[in-house]
Amino acid sequence: MEEEATILDSKVLEVNMGPQHPSTHGVLRVKLKLDGERVLDAECIIGYLHRGVEKISENRSYIKCVPYYDRTDYIAAVSNVYGYLLGVEKLMGIEVPKRAQYIRIMMTEFNRISSHLLWLATHALDIGAMTIFLYCFREREEILKLFEALFGARLTTHAFRLGGLWKDLPPGFEQAARKFIDDFPYRVDEYEQILTKNRIWLDRTKGVGVISGEEAIEWGMSGPPLRGSTVAYDVRKARPYGGYEEFDFDIAVGENGDTYDRYLVRLQEMHQSRRIIQQVLDRLPEGSVHGKAPRIPKPPVGEYYSGIESPRGELGYYIVSDGSPQPFRVRIRPPTFVNLQTLRRLVKGHLVADVVALIGTLDIVLGEIDR
Amino acid sequence: MTETLLVYAIIPFIKIAVIVLILSGAIAYLTLFERKLVAHIQVRLGPMRVGWHGLLQPIADGLKFILKEDIIPSKADALVFTIAPAISLIPAFVVFSVVPFGPPEMFEGLLRWSLGWFFDSATVESVAQNTLASGGFITDINIAVLFVLSVSSVGILGIILGGWASNSKYPLLGALRSSAQMVSYEVALGFSIIGVLLVAGSLSLVEIVQNQEKAHLWYVFVQPVAFALFFICGMAETNRLPFDLPEAETELVGGFHTEYSGFRFSLYFLAEYANMITISAVAVTLFWGGWLRPFPNVSWLAFLGLIPPVLWFLIKVFLFLYIFIWVRGTLPRFRFDQLMRYGWKVFLPVALGNVIVSAGVLLAFL
Repeated sequence: MEEEATILDSKVLEVNMGPQHPSTHGVLRVKLKLDGERVLDAECIIGYLHRGVEKISENRSYIKCVPYYDRTDYIAAVSNVYGYLLGVEKLMGIEVPKRAQYIRIMMTEFNRISSHLLWLATHALDIGAMTIFLYCFREREEILKLFEALFGARLTTHAFRLGGLWKDLPPGFEQAARKFIDDFPYRVDEYEQILTKNRIWLDRTKGVGVISGEEAIEWGMSGPPLRGSTVAYDVRKARPYGGYEEFDFDIAVGENGDTYDRYLVRLQEMHQSRRIIQQVLDRLPEGSVHGKAPRIPKPPVGEYYSGIESPRGELGYYIVSDGSPQPFRVRIRPPTFVNLQTLRRLVKGHLVADVVALIGTLDIVLGEIDR
Repeated sequence: MTETLLVYAIIPFIKIAVIVLILSGAIAYLTLFERKLVAHIQVRLGPMRVGWHGLLQPIADGLKFILKEDIIPSKADALVFTIAPAISLIPAFVVFSVVPFGPPEMFEGLLRWSLGWFFDSATVESVAQNTLASGGFITDINIAVLFVLSVSSVGILGIILGGWASNSKYPLLGALRSSAQMVSYEVALGFSIIGVLLVAGSLSLVEIVQNQEKAHLWYVFVQPVAFALFFICGMAETNRLPFDLPEAETELVGGFHTEYSGFRFSLYFLAEYANMITISAVAVTLFWGGWLRPFPNVSWLAFLGLIPPVLWFLIKVFLFLYIFIWVRGTLPRFRFDQLMRYGWKVFLPVALGNVIVSAGVLLAFL
């Protein structure tokens, strides 16, 4: 009688990480080939959250497809809507009032902070630091309350409207926002105390998933993972949009391109976002927040690529108009879809525990990758 | 005859029953304590619904575990899968048979009073004089430290077997991790204890405490390095953060207990907490003077003597448990290779060095 073969007979152990796994941030499935604890190869399998957002957009009017983009990168819904609306406004030549522009920038930066907080929370949890998770959620809650006050929703905000905003800032909003940005640096100091110089955290993140600047560019990376690898590329500076050229901020850049640098870059970016919000609040002009936009937008025949710096990297909307009220094509360039492809390159030769850290450091959102 | 029966069967049996009951309750409430403490570290409240401030939560948890369906995966090795959780839990209890929680004459008065109702005064007197009956421990054997080491290492066998028998990949990885962890930290743990043994000159836990009393010095002040090593390695032995690699829920989805559910899972869960208590109790006994009160020579602190010795023991154990949980709320997790590196390249050499230096100092000066 032949012995039944078990998993123990093979030297290479193939493990399915996901789609249901606590640390794959949604429904990412990674096929790992393991030799003991060492990762020989990793293959990402995506598509478990595919909803055909791009195709749906072709059958909706320019205004009606906005809520779908809330649901691609649901962690940074404000940025997503922002990028798309900038593109449509450019196509149609719609002028956005100054006040609306400023508020848009402020809310996008709030969104960047909340997105980075969520990233820090889950990243630290993946590496085993449980407490930081709840600290980050404590601050994120404050931002979500601001979102709720202005947009009426916390997660899928449907933040902006064509040509401006839905409505002006509610009473008390400015004070609440100021209170948040005044408190925020001390809160970040708490995270730094618990992580930045922690021996175990350094051991777990330094030298893990190193990628050089040139290589990162070759892979098409963008956002904090690219800036962590010494490349000072930020769409807000490289091709300013929506009024960003009026504000002072620095691009945070890493030195070694490892997980620790990407962590520092994101922490620094939260401080920079806070700076921008501070400037917006100090210089917020009076006036209307509603631009002149038609009820049923019909952009002239043409195409436009609108790229913005979402919290995860360069988020692009390539909008093609055939003159009808519905877009002929909306192609989304999701930053983490491009960043995720480096996972295979990053994890090779590392250990199982590093796979989790590296998935975390890329800050993926599956809604955006699968669309 | 009655005397032998009393000393060797009836009284130890009562003690064992009481200790097992108290320990089970302590484990259950340790889970609640951990949840509450971690919750407060993390600016939240923890269990609040079941009973006042969640005081009945452990009972609700226990009921839930017992009522759950008991699943044995079809590909699993049913026999090993079934007994592995028990192998993990029982040693943690067994260790307590040699851990003293009170002085040798602890129950003398109680025995005199209670036995006086049934037996003649000669029997009562001889039973009460026998430390095996009246001592604050189940038994006092002259190889207690070795017994603790050997029995507690059996517990990890349960984890390895459980992970192996599940016949699934994540548990297998967890089991591999725990076997590597056990080998590397057991060694350093053993060597750290040798430092104490050199100073104490005895392997009996009761005598170690008595020697600390005689020396008017807790051994943590003589052997601080050994204590630090013992505590860190003890944390690794109990699979607690930052050494919880065998379970590592964010990497291995629970590791060795991925396939376990219901009551069997709860046995593993209890074993972890029981091990925490055991390691704390042994650490207190070896390094922090067991049941002794602090500052026995400072006259204005004499009121500390009013607190019975067993309470001092419990207070110290409780402080250690607090540190265990505090660490869990603060630190991230090690990676496998780092764990091995620290174990073999840092802790083991330091432990060996500590033994050599202690032995050298003892030879030269005493």
